[in-house]
Amino acid sequence: MKIAFTTKGTKWDSQMDPRFGRTEYILVYDEETDQLSSFDNSDIANEAHGAGPKTAQKLFEFNPDILITGNGPGGNAASILEKTGVKISLGAGEMTVKEAYTAFKAGKL
Amino acid sequence: MKIAIASGKGGTGKTTISVNLASFLAEDKEVVLVDLDVEEPNSGLFLDAGLIHQENKFKMIPKWHEDACTLCGICQEVCNSNAVIQLDTIIMVFPQLCNSCYACSELCPTGALPMIPEKMGELKHFKNEHLHFVESRLEIGQEHAVPLITQTHKYIDEHFTNDLIQIFDSPPGTSCPVIEATKDADLVILVTEPTPFGLHDLKLAVETMQQLNKKTIVIINRHGIGNDEVFDYCQEENIPVIAKIPNSRLIAEIYSKGELIYPQVPEFRQEMEAIKTFILNFRKEEVR
Amino acid sequence: MKEIVIISGKGGTGKTSLTAAFAYLGGEEVVVADCDVDAADMHLLMQPDFFRSEDFYSGELAWINQDECTQCGKCAEVCRFDAIPVIEGKYIVEPLSCEGCGYCARVCPVDAIINKPLNVGKWYASNIKTGTTMVHARLGIGADNSGKLVTKVKNEAKIIAKKANKDYIIVDGSPGIGCPVVSSLSGAAFVVLVTEPTVSGLHDLERVYKLVKKFNIKAGCIINKADLNLSKTEEIKEFLKSKNINHIASLPYDETFTKAMTHGQTIIEFGKGELQSMITDSWNKIKQIVNLK
Repeated sequence: MKIAFTTKGTKWDSQMDPRFGRTEYILVYDEETDQLSSFDNSDIANEAHGAGPKTAQKLFEFNPDILITGNGPGGNAASILEKTGVKISLGAGEMTVKEAYTAFKAGKL
Repeated sequence: MKIAIASGKGGTGKTTISVNLASFLAEDKEVVLVDLDVEEPNSGLFLDAGLIHQENKFKMIPKWHEDACTLCGICQEVCNSNAVIQLDTIIMVFPQLCNSCYACSELCPTGALPMIPEKMGELKHFKNEHLHFVESRLEIGQEHAVPLITQTHKYIDEHFTNDLIQIFDSPPGTSCPVIEATKDADLVILVTEPTPFGLHDLKLAVETMQQLNKKTIVIINRHGIGNDEVFDYCQEENIPVIAKIPNSRLIAEIYSKGELIYPQVPEFRQEMEAIKTFILNFRKEEVR
Repeated sequence: MKEIVIISGKGGTGKTSLTAAFAYLGGEEVVVADCDVDAADMHLLMQPDFFRSEDFYSGELAWINQDECTQCGKCAEVCRFDAIPVIEGKYIVEPLSCEGCGYCARVCPVDAIINKPLNVGKWYASNIKTGTTMVHARLGIGADNSGKLVTKVKNEAKIIAKKANKDYIIVDGSPGIGCPVVSSLSGAAFVVLVTEPTVSGLHDLERVYKLVKKFNIKAGCIINKADLNLSKTEEIKEFLKSKNINHIASLPYDETFTKAMTHGQTIIEFGKGELQSMITDSWNKIKQIVNLK
């Protein structure tokens, strides 16, 4: 399974970013290959309007199955995620990526 | 004659003044009160008027026609609002982000994005004897207040002549909805309070009206609290202060119930008289 | 580090005065972010020193190079915002009407139009009287308050808070229900809704709450000037109960709000009465709720 996170850094011990549209980074973990890849979202975060949809579009390029984040995407971004079949898991805004992953696996989110 | 009632700071009494002034003037004149604070229209809460007309207001947004689309991606490229997103083989349009510039629609090589109307808000028209009241309300989630304000202006121009006194209750602040709300006004009344916050935000509002070249006058609300700095500032800048509404707990209580103040508080009625006199004189001068 | 955002829907409820009071009580534990960028007022109470200031750009404005322009009129033809009038035979972009959509630049046959980044304001970082930092901003006249400047203020506040290991960021949020409010709310651990027992107050509270609900953020409410209209206060309390919003406090109508402001002080500095202790209790309650796991 491919899992995406909204984060403030590119490592397992980086802090999660509770936001979606203006998150600092998107981190994607591929469970099968045990690979971690990331995307610097600062250009999109700097957009005046429509940061959410643009980030969702970027996410789509990675094709994750699940997105783990904090407060959740706004309406526009959420509809893209719905259309592209990405499931969303909320409540992981204030922890490290590793903790978020562990919590998710344990069904705590 | 178009009169805009604005303020830099929120909560200074713009709506209180608008509804009371409009109702007071309507005792012997034809008046239309227009609530342009489309994100939070409140004036209607104070008026007891019957609904005579209602219409949905639309903005034009592109609609994707899959069959005509060649997935060239030009639409996404030309959209500066990130309202058009291409996801592999589908194009998604975000109406709330769209500012209706038509670029994607007109530059699409195959005409796969015709513009269609989408509801962005509602306009309601009420009447009570001499007072007409028009209110526009933006749908929650809509980002752009300006198009609805523009369309409301159009409705007013189509239904009322300039002989009537037209009062526009504007949004607070100095950003683009305020500009759109006040740009056609013959006279702008800024409502402020005699406090540091009031003064600070009044200066921003005055600067804004100067840029728009608007005749500006001031009403000081809750006169008696705070200090004289606002009044002194107006003197220095040669801005007429045409009324000073006294700070009064009674006024606050009446307002809290959603009732008009001038029928119940004589000093308030006096200030309405003063404002009315100014407006009628101003109109006479303008005609000359 | 938790973000506490204070909003009100309607203006004039006492939001900024209360935010300043909480900031004062929070002292060195907090970083302050004044996100009410269209009418920023916190600086009038916090004695900022503006040690850092930067220009802020958002969106673009079309600009026509008159040397290259052939007056073909294509730009004005495609502009939906009537932003390109002809003045003395020249096509000139009207800055207050231009939406920065870029369409005119794309159709100009001689590439005479460029999109210039628009300076819409300034943001500042300041040391304030409580020994900590405040990030604030000023939006220019007629600017598009898109939420981007709000985001900038919050981000800078977060960077500072992180570096200095602060426990809380207190945000003076934007009024209304549009993007600036959404940006104010994004990332919040807790929202404080400030309202007043008036017909308008309740109406705007309901409207702004819809937005808060969308983002799933825990919320509490302070009813200010509560004794002005007891039945309206009860109505609001019913509303809060029905939506599971914590009723933090009902504050009495008190001229201290204005008197303190007139002296450039927060309410807490201005005296040691009933009002001050109620506000202190409110701040403690907020911290308690925010730190609940």
